[in-house]
Amino acid sequence: MAVDRATVARIAKLARIRVPERDLDALAGELSNILSWIEQLSELDTEGVAPMTSVVAVELPRRADAVTDGGYPDKVIANAPEAVHGFFAVPKVIE
Amino acid sequence: MADTNGGLIQGKTGPWEMVIGLEVHAQVIGESKLFSGAATAFGAAPNSQVSLVDAAMPGMLPVLNGHSVAQAVKTGLALNAKINLTSVFERKNYFYPDLPQGYQISQYLQPIVGEGTIELDLPDGSTKEVGIERLHMEQDAGKSLHDQHPTMTYIDLNRSGITLMEIVSKPDMGSAEEAAAYIAKLRSILRYLGTCDGNMEEGSLRCDVNLSMRRPGAALGTRTETKNVNSIRFVKLAIEYEARRQVQVLEDGGKVVQETRLFDADKGVTRAMRSKEEAHDYRYFPDPDLLPLVLDPDWVEDIRRGLPELPDARKARLVDDFALSPYDAGVLVAERETADFYEAVAKGRDAKLAANWLTGEVFGALNRSGMALAEAPVDAKKLGGLIDLIADGTISGRIAKEVFEAMWESGKPAAAIVADQGLEQISDTGAIEAIVAQVIADSPGQAEQFKSGNEKILGWFVGQVMKASQGKANPGLVNRILRDKLS
Repeated sequence: MAVDRATVARIAKLARIRVPERDLDALAGELSNILSWIEQLSELDTEGVAPMTSVVAVELPRRADAVTDGGYPDKVIANAPEAVHGFFAVPKVIE
Repeated sequence: MADTNGGLIQGKTGPWEMVIGLEVHAQVIGESKLFSGAATAFGAAPNSQVSLVDAAMPGMLPVLNGHSVAQAVKTGLALNAKINLTSVFERKNYFYPDLPQGYQISQYLQPIVGEGTIELDLPDGSTKEVGIERLHMEQDAGKSLHDQHPTMTYIDLNRSGITLMEIVSKPDMGSAEEAAAYIAKLRSILRYLGTCDGNMEEGSLRCDVNLSMRRPGAALGTRTETKNVNSIRFVKLAIEYEARRQVQVLEDGGKVVQETRLFDADKGVTRAMRSKEEAHDYRYFPDPDLLPLVLDPDWVEDIRRGLPELPDARKARLVDDFALSPYDAGVLVAERETADFYEAVAKGRDAKLAANWLTGEVFGALNRSGMALAEAPVDAKKLGGLIDLIADGTISGRIAKEVFEAMWESGKPAAAIVADQGLEQISDTGAIEAIVAQVIADSPGQAEQFKSGNEKILGWFVGQVMKASQGKANPGLVNRILRDKLS
């Protein structure tokens, strides 16, 4: 599977990563290489084989519904570039 | 879809039919969040109910809340839906300030609940079945406050990570009334189950409206999605506005653009959301931190056996047990508390009379006072006491309304008020005969009219006798005695 310039530009935008125009071609080549390397897996016949989700047979653990965490707003906003009255404060986003 | 009752819009070029599907986000009742042990209570101080998982600190791992799973299964079973014994949590990727992870953990290709059905109770007393497409679990986002500062948005993550059930209907609704009935019924079921409190004001129940227009019976048109419409009334307004807007676009030779819109409650209009202009690509993929969720069929059966009586079953039972009309029964079962109150009053009494008093006097007094049924000064036992006094002839229906008001004011039982104020109905034949004789003697002209065949004048006589007795005379006896004495 080959990735073109436009696709690289699009996924960069979706991931909010700034990619300069001049890097698009090189990245398209790199990503295409990675994808075609992984694509070798499709040479295997996996008909009737369920996808493996874990290397050991474990079940998804479930916890009891109890309040065991939270209650430390100062810690939560400690790294905020800006915080006001206990809220994170970010440049206005409004519809 | 033959049923277009109320949903047809007459355009310049002919009729158009609405096709509506709803996505409802219901906040699950529980102590803690879907993947963290932080609390879920409404109205706490900002960011005080946030764990490092909810704040998306690096290296934190989500651990699934078993109660949330049970609540979703319970809801699925009540919607007559297929429970998928294997479901998968996926990451839905997008950026927004109130979504610290940069993705929402949701379910996509394999939701926990598949297809089901819900029966709507329509205002004309008929019912209509609407399909449920799916129900899946997902994390709620945080809350953005845009109106606190001129250039900043404030973010509170208390809501971030609370369990939501997204319940998606099939595009089976054809009018704003049907959409309203759908939300009302879904809300009622969720409240009976105790899986969501249904509080639309606090945002525990939120609705997105998918709507397209077509010529009656034609293929589906292009739809728009109107987001976060937060009351049943707004859902109706948004649908009516959006349907007319689309008809105008189509009749002017244009094309409806598939887009996300917002309902502006102040102006009563929908408008395109700027941020969503670029088609979203959520790049879903299975969350590598979470294994597939596998349910034990016996555990699902245990939940099924534990389901409470639901509104439809209760409605059918009220119709059978108390000979109520489907409409009356529908009104009474919409809220579980109302149905409990009703059954307590109606048991062993005149069921229709009990229904009338509850939906008439009690609902009226609640509306006037702004109280909830649970706080009413007249509880089921007291209302029952009042109805007993009507049934055994102690008071007339008219006096009963006065007694009810006194009960509402004072909280006293009906019998005490009747005794204190001497309101007992006069059922003593002799006493009534005396009053009747007096009234006839005072009105010889009217008595003559009755004898010459004017039956209508009897009503006037009844009124006079009731007035003379301060409303306390037994109306049945008054009628009989008047007829005797006049002829």
